[in-house]
Order: sequence, then C-alpha cells, then structure tokens
Amino acid sequence: MTWGLVLGLATGAYLFKVLGLVVVGDRSLPAVVERCLNLIPAALIAALIAKDTFSVGQHLQVDARLAGVTAAIIAAWRRAPVIVVIVIGAGVTALVRSLR
Amino acid sequence: MTPAVFATLRDRRVRPILTTGVTLGLAVGVYAISFGVAGVAAGATTGQTCAMSLLVFTGASQFSAVSVIASGGSIGSAMSGALLLAARNGVFGLTMSRRLTGRLPTRLLAAQLTIDESTAMGTTPDDPDLQRAAFWITGVSVYVFWNLGTLIGALAGNAIDPKTYGLDAAIPAAFVAMIWPQLRTRPGRRAAAVGAVLCLATIPVVPVGLPILIAALAILIAVPAPAPTTQPASR
Repeated sequence: MTWGLVLGLATGAYLFKVLGLVVVGDRSLPAVVERCLNLIPAALIAALIAKDTFSVGQHLQVDARLAGVTAAIIAAWRRAPVIVVIVIGAGVTALVRSLR
Repeated sequence: MTPAVFATLRDRRVRPILTTGVTLGLAVGVYAISFGVAGVAAGATTGQTCAMSLLVFTGASQFSAVSVIASGGSIGSAMSGALLLAARNGVFGLTMSRRLTGRLPTRLLAAQLTIDESTAMGTTPDDPDLQRAAFWITGVSVYVFWNLGTLIGALAGNAIDPKTYGLDAAIPAAFVAMIWPQLRTRPGRRAAAVGAVLCLATIPVVPVGLPILIAALAILIAVPAPAPTTQPASR
C-alpha cells in the first residue's frame, strides 16, 4: 500500500463526484434529460438492492439476505417507518442465518 | 453551523430523517471497522487507512482497492477496479445537482458526501428542502461513522463480522424503504424493474462496479413520452 494509491484514488473518486454536482451544476438541461434524471434514483437504488441481495462479488446466490430483504419489502409495503424497515431487514437476515 | 441548520434540525418532519440517517451511519460504521482491519492487514499504515476513508470516502472502492493489494495485485489494477466502482457517484452527483443548487464551496463539499446512501435519502422526500436536509444529514452521519469505524478497526486489528447481525441486509433494507415513493409512478416502477434486471443480468459477466452503471441505462427505456399524447383505451 502506498500513499500514491491513496491519493490517486482520492483524486479519481472526487473527480467522479464533482463531475455531476459541480461541472453540470444547476445549469438547465433539455427537458428530456431532466425527465431521465428523475428516474435515475429508481433505477440505481433498485440495482443496488438487487446487487446487495443476490451477489457475492461476481457470483449470484440466494441466501439469508433474500429473506431479510423480502421482509423489508413487506414492512415498506405496510408503510413501516424506514428505521423499522432497516431493523426488520437486518433482524430477519440474522435470524435465518442463525437457523441454518 | 448556521442558524438555518438548527432551524432545519428542529423541523418535526426532519426527525425521522435524522433517525434514519444516524441508523444508516451506525450500520455503515460497523463495515468501516472491517475496512480498518482489512487496510492494516493489507500492509497500509493506520494513517494511510484513515486517510483513505477521509479522502476517498466510497466504501466499495476502498474495500476493492485493499483486497486487490492484499492478494498481491498491482497498484494499477487496485486503482482501476476501485475507480470503476467509484464511477457511479458521477451519476449520483448528476442526480443531486438538480436538488443541491447553491454556492460553489457548498457544492464542492456536497460532492465529497455524494455516495449511495446520501443520494438515496436525498431523492426520497417530496419536498426539495427535505431532500436537501436528508442528503446532508445522511452524508455527514455516514462520513462521521465511516471514519470513526475505520480508525477503530485500524487500531483494534479485529472486527465483528457484520453478517452476525444481518447488517449486510441493513443497507438494502434501507434502500427498499427509500425506493418506495419512487414506485408510485409507472415510469418509476419501470425504471426500477429494468434497473434491477440489468444489474443482475450483468453481474456475472462484467467487472464489479459496471453493473450499477449499466443499470442506469434503464432510464432510457423507462423515460415517459415527451408529451401526453392521446392514448388508446389501454388500461
């Protein structure tokens, strides 16, 4: 591990973050682009959920996480507060994992 | 801290956001302890490990870089793998740029806090003020706990396995709660479904980090038609 890697990575990671937030900034974009951007959270959050539920590196597998996330989906559907959804998701996963 | 910040924190609607932000911070903090341990185990000094969390502040990238180094990989491959994982923050920044308008120094600071959790929280409430509050609260909370956890892990040298408490499901569970309001519209539901499918379909075949970027292409499929044209009776 070198300082070069730490600082290089810091610079690269920050450039990505700054790209959208500062370079594009608050200038107005074409309406069609705006409509696309509004859908990004739905697409990316769904992708993150799928990845965190099924993947281990480049492998897909079904394990206790699926039970926890399914329970979380039910809790969200029943309009439970976010904090409750989180606790149920983690709790059910830990429970199912301990049973196996 | 300006008086405006305190006024925001006293807003009743901000209370649940604060609770969620701190909970997410704690869950991420447990992972940070693992990162601190992994960093030192990979041969980094405590200073380098902590600097990484302070400056890079993108969990997946940091874990990736450290594990490549630990398994004997080159600096170059550690860097490229980690940067591929960091690329999605560019898309997140673009999304948040519509909400985080303001002075340049504020946006430069917001950029460093632009990660999965802060963006998901920052796009959830309907009210723009609450979206901003959710972004900042979550970003600051995760930043504080991520760095605190890294320091603890780097010094202690051993960590509790996040899996023991099901914490590996805590973050996706939080995302489930956050995505819910986005599913109210038909384009939102379509974007979510296509995004998840694109991600899962590409995980086994492309490098780690890329599936999330590919999932962003879902918006091109899900975006609604430009003008409300007269639809035949289809529903």
